[in-house]
Amino acid sequence: MDFPTILQVLDSTIRLATPLLLACLAGLFSERAGIFDIGLEGKMLIAAFFSAAIAYTTGSVWMGLLAGVASSMVLSALHGVASITFRGNQLISGVAINFLAAGMTVLIAQDWFSQGGRTPSLSGGARFNAITLPFAEALQGVPILGPIYHDLISGHTILVYVAFLMVPLTWWILFRTRFGLRLRAVGENPAAVDTAGVSVVGLRYAAVAICGVLTGVAGAYLATGLQAGFVKDMAAGRGYIALAALIFAKWRPWYALMSTMLFGFLQAVALRPDLIQNTIGIRVQVQLLDALPYILTVIILAGFVGRAIPPRAGGAPYVKER
Amino acid sequence: MTDTAPAIELKGISKAFGPVQANKDISIRVMPGTIHGIIGENGAGKSTLMSILYGFYKADKGEVFINGTRTEIPDSQAAISAGIGMVFQHFKLVENFTVVENVILGAEDGFQLRPSIAKARKSLKQLAEEYELNVDPDAKIENLSVGHQQRVEILKALYRQADILILDEPTGVLTPAEADHLFRILDNLRNEGKTIILITHKLREIMEYTDTVSVMRRGEMTATVRTAETSTEELAELMVGRKVLLRVDKKPAQPKQVVLSVKDLRVTDSAGVERIKGVSFDIRAGEIYGIAGVAGNGQSELMEVLGGMQAGTGTITMNGEEIDLTGRYSDGQSRRARSIGHVPEDRQDEGLILDFTAWENMVFGYHRDPDWAAGPLMNNAGIVQEAEGKMQRFDVRPPNPHLTAKNFSGGNQQKIVLAREIERNPDLLLVGQPTRGVDIGAIEFIHQEIIRLRDEGKAILLVSVELDEIMSLSDRIAVMFDGRLMGERDPAEANERELGLLMAGISEEPDKPAWKAVDENLDAIEHGEAPKHG
Repeated sequence: MDFPTILQVLDSTIRLATPLLLACLAGLFSERAGIFDIGLEGKMLIAAFFSAAIAYTTGSVWMGLLAGVASSMVLSALHGVASITFRGNQLISGVAINFLAAGMTVLIAQDWFSQGGRTPSLSGGARFNAITLPFAEALQGVPILGPIYHDLISGHTILVYVAFLMVPLTWWILFRTRFGLRLRAVGENPAAVDTAGVSVVGLRYAAVAICGVLTGVAGAYLATGLQAGFVKDMAAGRGYIALAALIFAKWRPWYALMSTMLFGFLQAVALRPDLIQNTIGIRVQVQLLDALPYILTVIILAGFVGRAIPPRAGGAPYVKER
Repeated sequence: MTDTAPAIELKGISKAFGPVQANKDISIRVMPGTIHGIIGENGAGKSTLMSILYGFYKADKGEVFINGTRTEIPDSQAAISAGIGMVFQHFKLVENFTVVENVILGAEDGFQLRPSIAKARKSLKQLAEEYELNVDPDAKIENLSVGHQQRVEILKALYRQADILILDEPTGVLTPAEADHLFRILDNLRNEGKTIILITHKLREIMEYTDTVSVMRRGEMTATVRTAETSTEELAELMVGRKVLLRVDKKPAQPKQVVLSVKDLRVTDSAGVERIKGVSFDIRAGEIYGIAGVAGNGQSELMEVLGGMQAGTGTITMNGEEIDLTGRYSDGQSRRARSIGHVPEDRQDEGLILDFTAWENMVFGYHRDPDWAAGPLMNNAGIVQEAEGKMQRFDVRPPNPHLTAKNFSGGNQQKIVLAREIERNPDLLLVGQPTRGVDIGAIEFIHQEIIRLRDEGKAILLVSVELDEIMSLSDRIAVMFDGRLMGERDPAEANERELGLLMAGISEEPDKPAWKAVDENLDAIEHGEAPKHG
């Protein structure tokens, strides 16, 4: 495998890891506050649809992004009301959201565009286009570092950079701010937060809202950045993979970056079966390569990769003790 | 002191939960710079009253005055602003946070944490010097001993400038030496002019440490008196509403043959941690063998192995025959067949199925008995009749076998379990925490039943975290610490101080004061060094 090919694979790794990373960080905020969110998948899907639909109708990708985030936040609010205010079961609420999104997106798409449950293709200002970082062209001639900067780091859409910058930002918020301290505390022992005179409900809604924004961006990236338009079930299990990556990352932002990059890499490799054949000399079935990220997900969820201790109050609604 | 306003004054507080009147027209005055005790049985309404004061519940009626001004306390934030701090029975700490993080939680100074942490660190150092409240500010809560965790709770309140400190059953989880240290701290706080409310069911603590005491019974405040002008007998009578026998009356034991013999028992839990590290002892017919110790030192595992709920290694013989510790006959059913009765430590989780009726609960474990079962069919009518008789003999109230278990009070639930096990006439009875959460009246009855069984020539293994209970019931006392038995004592010769040291893992009496030795030993354990075994 030569250097340009490696760069190519890594380049698609970054693009494919971006939605996973955003969704993973979204789940991180929610779960650190004690709200399990299996509905990441549904929220990404609905955000993908609305961002594509609105971007197509208005011709502005920014309007699309806004619509995607808004739709994802509506579902987040639903999850919040069910699991925080009414103390319902968080898993069931999440599953309901996934079903709702899967059905609703296709139904509305068919009603609006009559193209078999998809949106028309996006082009021009209705999509996020690649941006070239400063000096990318000028430095291209520098050996090794030049191509890395030009091909790998430069030339992605703005959302990719946003996703990667979210990692240090998330870390800073969680571990260096008052809000982060309280957020982590409410996921570990809400009674401690409550007796300290801080609102458990308020903190959890804040976490769920942040989760909604980030999954919204993830969904919008799918339809307006990674691809050009919405197609049925386009989240393709990414919400679940993000959850597995979150467990793999032990609910930590930097680990989340690494674990989503690993999943992104597997997805990137699955796109290039010819490379595998050239490198290891065996023809591997494409279907097997496609299944790799999901197989890894199952392995992680089965707990083969070390013990991950989830936030202690995760999944449990807070009820004041008598 | 008569012209100063009371630190806390409650006027006519009432609170109902549905049909249950938890607090009825309660009025109370606590002067600043005093320790005020509130004593009462379980469910008397003490905790409800304090939760109202801390803003957890809203009173239906009544007024709260803090330092003479009428104060509304709609939530905990308001209570904190009014200078009230609370140390709950179950600590409200974030286990994987450090001490300093727990202290600042909710009382941070700005959006960024760093300045708050620096400030708290300084203030913790000052508080530690002032009140002997030493804790490592960077230690994680989960690595601290229970006594130190409690200090963090007190520090939390002091860091928030609390002038009034409420402690709910603070000594339930402490060794006697740790409790002594706690009361020294409280004494220091009182001398600084802080007001302390101590909720407890232990009459001894009230008599020794409080200035004034209020007694609650069934949601009402039955009396408020100066501690110096009352006696334990009077307080007990005020709590229960009738005269109570506080001492246990028993004849000397007449031990006979060995019933249970345990040799080099070891138990490793599912996480691979050795919980029992080689324990050996014998129990004879006609004696009560008491095991004292702070919760979590292996007593639970010991009871579970003997009761057939957990596997272990070593040799255990019952009436001269070895019993199976790991194989097919190591379950509870087989233990009962060998005439071992088991009153588990946690009656609500292990002793009863709370949603089942009393009569169903009273046949569990014996449901395959030919008297009650013909093949797969149960003789329900017979079981109900039998249960009714047992409930009468054990004075279970109400004596209605068709009532679900959760509708009985703690004391009556315990009597149901005891009736089931004792009435089978086992050669060995395992009793764990027989009076935890049980009211004084029922404690008296339960103690008498255990002694009656002993006098009938049965062997009894008693595990309790209440040292008073161990000392008054047992014929021989062993102290368990860190999975080992720290030696046996004769209750007639043992004193609380010596047992207290054993409970903290110190077998020889050093020259320094007990609390200090215990403190250093705990520090050593927290820092991963081996405890000093004798």
